[in-house]
Amino acid sequence: MNLKTWGLKKSIWVFHVSSGACNNCDIEVLDCLTPRFDIERFGMVLVGSVRHADVLLCCGSITKQAAPRIKRLYEQAAKPCFVVAIGGCACSGCIFKDSYNFAGPYDKIIPVHAYIPGCPPKPEAILAGAVKLLSTLK
Amino acid sequence: MKTVIPIGPFHPLQEEPELFSLTLDGETVTDVDVRLGYNHRGIEKIAETKTWDQDTFLIERICGICSTSHPIAYCNAVEDCAGIEIPERAKYIRSIVGELERLHSHLLWLGLAGHFIGYNTLFMWGWKWREPILDLFEQITGNRNHYAMIKIGGARRDIKNEDIPSIRKCLSGLVPPLEMITKAALDDPVLHARLKGVGILKKEDAIKYCAVGPTARASGVAIDVRKDEPHAAYGMVKWNVITQEAGDVFAKAVVRLLECFESVKIVQQCVDGLEKTKGAEFCKEVENIPPGEGIGHYEAPRGETFHYVRSDGANRPVRHKIRAPTYVNLPSFKASCIGQTISDVAITLASIDPCYCCTERVAVIDPKTRAKKHITGEELVRLSQEKTRKIRDGLLKGSI
Ligand code: SF4
Repeated sequence: MNLKTWGLKKSIWVFHVSSGACNNCDIEVLDCLTPRFDIERFGMVLVGSVRHADVLLCCGSITKQAAPRIKRLYEQAAKPCFVVAIGGCACSGCIFKDSYNFAGPYDKIIPVHAYIPGCPPKPEAILAGAVKLLSTLK
Repeated sequence: MKTVIPIGPFHPLQEEPELFSLTLDGETVTDVDVRLGYNHRGIEKIAETKTWDQDTFLIERICGICSTSHPIAYCNAVEDCAGIEIPERAKYIRSIVGELERLHSHLLWLGLAGHFIGYNTLFMWGWKWREPILDLFEQITGNRNHYAMIKIGGARRDIKNEDIPSIRKCLSGLVPPLEMITKAALDDPVLHARLKGVGILKKEDAIKYCAVGPTARASGVAIDVRKDEPHAAYGMVKWNVITQEAGDVFAKAVVRLLECFESVKIVQQCVDGLEKTKGAEFCKEVENIPPGEGIGHYEAPRGETFHYVRSDGANRPVRHKIRAPTYVNLPSFKASCIGQTISDVAITLASIDPCYCCTERVAVIDPKTRAKKHITGEELVRLSQEKTRKIRDGLLKGSI
């Protein structure tokens, strides 16, 4: 493990992306920050700008209007940048996959490194997913 | 000098992406414009391709926070179309789930509002005491969100008698922290100075813009579907509609906080009702939906949500129309934001508790020089938080 990865593992900055979500997944992501779950004990901090982010937490199916913006968002992020698809919508499209305004699940638009299924996944599941992602960094 | 500030469409803290363009004269807002559609998933169209029963699951996924309000309104509409009267026990179950949802939604708003003005303690408190409600949901419905409790003809699952003590325990455990937050928030001189007189929506404007829910009630318009057109168990229990006259952000916070206590009252009475109707039927068998039309309302935490369905006698709706409360409340920004300073806008926009997605990037465009200045979304929240700090410092100095 080189110094950079070691440093990254200790302090992951996450940015929260939401496209056509029902916002339940978003709320559960925010829940991770609050006293009960407290994701900050793993060194993760929610940042307000994608340029500071190491991990993108993505929720929701991608609508046609949001698709080009999501792509741009990913391009703006400093690499290496890991993408976590949270929830059924982000992983596969969930109930919205037949919609005329559906541009695809996240892995069709940008590379995805981890999937956390569920509708919505519990905060515990999101934490477990994030920790698993950390353990794959070498 | 006029400047235009687009806010949105993506923001890390908010839910649905939306774009606001603010026209500024110096620091003062002179116009607002809203652009929607980033989150458009075509739900009305998908609803036409699924059966009546499948639609309840789809409708639930319109909004993660109002995930009982929409199905109740939808089922009301279908039941109106088919002329079904739901069993008494189902009414209690619907009201219990609906009111618990209102409790967690109001606490969630309170937390976000606290964050916007730089009062992060409120954010942590609000979200901490929301957790026991979600645990209760998990216990009685099987999921923290998206409860799938509502079904055409009644409720999908019964609330078991063994669960009743934990509902009561959760409620009685919730009242002291609610009282504490209410006192802490309403007696705080900083909050008074920061929120009073900010983003005023006058009563005439609230009526003119057809505002609904807590937004209208904070302006003195006593409009509440639960009272005006009682359905579920709301006609069978005692509770009050909370109104405030001032119409500012502070009044909206007061309305929401006091409504939490009313919700606790409603759930307590409904639980008594559950005990009375022990073992009774909680869902009617619905064979088919006859041709016709139906409408349904429900008072969601943000205001009235309205559903319209049309049936041709087949197993799916031919048309399904949804009107969500935020959509109705958005135009009221024209009245409440204009004349405000930019640092007050974040909280004014947040005050209707929109499913709105604010600032991921703000660009200030100076029409004279054509120069573009980009501020991040954090900047706007920071401006707002800075103002709170200044007020706090001023108050501290004054009191020494
Ligand atoms: S996966 Fe479920 S909870 Fe998450 S955004 Fe989609 S519909 Fe909502």
